[in-house]
Amino acid sequence: MSVMFWVISALTVVSALGSMLLKNLVHCALLLSVTFAGLALLFLQLDAQFAGFAQILVYVGAVAILVVFAILLTRSAEAPKEGGVFSRTWLAGLAVAAAVFATVGSAVLYSVRGLPHETATPEVTVLGIGQSLMSTYVLPLEIVALLLTVATIGAVIVAMHEKPEKKIGGTK
Amino acid sequence: MFEKLDQIFILLRDWVVSFLPPNWQAPVGVVLGVVAIVCVYPALFAIAVLMERKGLGRMQNRYGPNRVGPFGLFQPVADGIKSLTKEDLVPANADHVVHFLAPVSLVAIVFMGYAVLPMGRGMTLAPMDAGLLFYFAMGASSELTVFMAGWSSRNKYSLLGAMRGVAQMISYEVPLLMSSVAVVMITGSLNLDKIVAAQNTYSYGLPHWYIFTPWGLAGFVMYAIAATAETNRSPFDLPEGESELVAGYFTEYSGFKFAEFFLGEYVAMLSISGLGTTLFLGGWSAPLQALEWVPSWIWFFGKVMLSICVFIWMRGTLPRIRQDQLMNFAWKFVLPLTLVNLVVAAVWRFMGDGWLRWVVCSAVVVVVYVSAALGGMRREKFGPRSYRYAE
Repeated sequence: MSVMFWVISALTVVSALGSMLLKNLVHCALLLSVTFAGLALLFLQLDAQFAGFAQILVYVGAVAILVVFAILLTRSAEAPKEGGVFSRTWLAGLAVAAAVFATVGSAVLYSVRGLPHETATPEVTVLGIGQSLMSTYVLPLEIVALLLTVATIGAVIVAMHEKPEKKIGGTK
Repeated sequence: MFEKLDQIFILLRDWVVSFLPPNWQAPVGVVLGVVAIVCVYPALFAIAVLMERKGLGRMQNRYGPNRVGPFGLFQPVADGIKSLTKEDLVPANADHVVHFLAPVSLVAIVFMGYAVLPMGRGMTLAPMDAGLLFYFAMGASSELTVFMAGWSSRNKYSLLGAMRGVAQMISYEVPLLMSSVAVVMITGSLNLDKIVAAQNTYSYGLPHWYIFTPWGLAGFVMYAIAATAETNRSPFDLPEGESELVAGYFTEYSGFKFAEFFLGEYVAMLSISGLGTTLFLGGWSAPLQALEWVPSWIWFFGKVMLSICVFIWMRGTLPRIRQDQLMNFAWKFVLPLTLVNLVVAAVWRFMGDGWLRWVVCSAVVVVVYVSAALGGMRREKFGPRSYRYAE
């Protein structure tokens, strides 16, 4: 628990809080990308180079942009909502969040007890990740690829407005 | 003597650092490297801007700037003074914090890419095992700053320019990465120093640069196209289209913030050319074995400036591409070709040495390219355009 860890986690927690509490939706999205970057720094501090850089590449480089595009295209970024940012069902939301946290936290803690006792941290290289992805974990890899393809096609089908005819003849 | 000249910057740094106590030597050495990068690349930016204006002028049958110094050589100084003394206008409706942070974060993120480029023998600032991944991570983060700039200006045209810019940068991110994956596959490492070292071997006096192989040439061409689109250079400069959107996402920026965007764009261009020379043109290695006595950093910077000249040449020659043509090109043409390039690189690797692999790989690349190009052209119905929107 070095100084670096406390600094990075302070940055991450503050930006996550900011992305929840700010009124301007685009500010929230930008602070969310700072949170993603903070998580990547935590990965890098633990010497997981591939995970850290892939986190930046995927989350900050693609997911954050997706979030801001969604905000822009649904036109809710122009004025802050009247009535504040707290919804009327905040107690139920808090209860659900606490339940999810308890589940995930207990799963992590029980799994730590189940791991074999290793005194040395294993050397994780990109080569090792690649080899295990292609040998031990090839089935999850293919399933995730299939899932991504299905999600992309499904999103396009859901979003596209079915027009019966009138495909030729200019813009809508 | 030439070995000392080759290592002169490292020797200089070690000499300066030797005056300090041992605990301080490593951090101060790194800081000196950072200072060197921050001083050298803006100087190269000034040279590149001058080259661009003179070069474009000559291509358009006119002189470039020729008033400020002999042959206009001090024009960058005049530009710098102008941008520092111009009034900094921010629209009243604009989001001041984000408006201020956008150019600052763009310049900061773009400079981070230089940390992993091997600029000479042993002259990498931060040699990392996942160096290539770090570079692409920094490139991907700079897209968000473009959006920040366009949105914070509260200007419809800036926002349009920003969205176009971000869409273009995301579309060409994938061919950029995929054309580099072929290089990583053949070298077997993401470490940029190892990639250069693998290209630093010679046979019959000619180097083993990856551009001299069929998959390498195809990969380099696709990398160059994707790099031109990533840095919003002509012919892909619709986001900053000077005749459509005034200046796109940096319309509302004046004075030094505009200069920061300009600096960011050229520094990104230099950086991506640096990566291209590292991956395909052999980095700091000499073109002929007989020329190995020339210091390695001269070769690296020479190749980078040559790439800048090619960028300027493309800007002066090619017309601008329309936005939908641009994205069609990325997703329907370049991306399938990069996937085919991966297969060709694999065939090259596993076929063993000899003339047969040259013939087979070249044949596959040429046939796929020609058939994809002809097939794409044939399906082009030149009638009124019809659109299908997602709602």
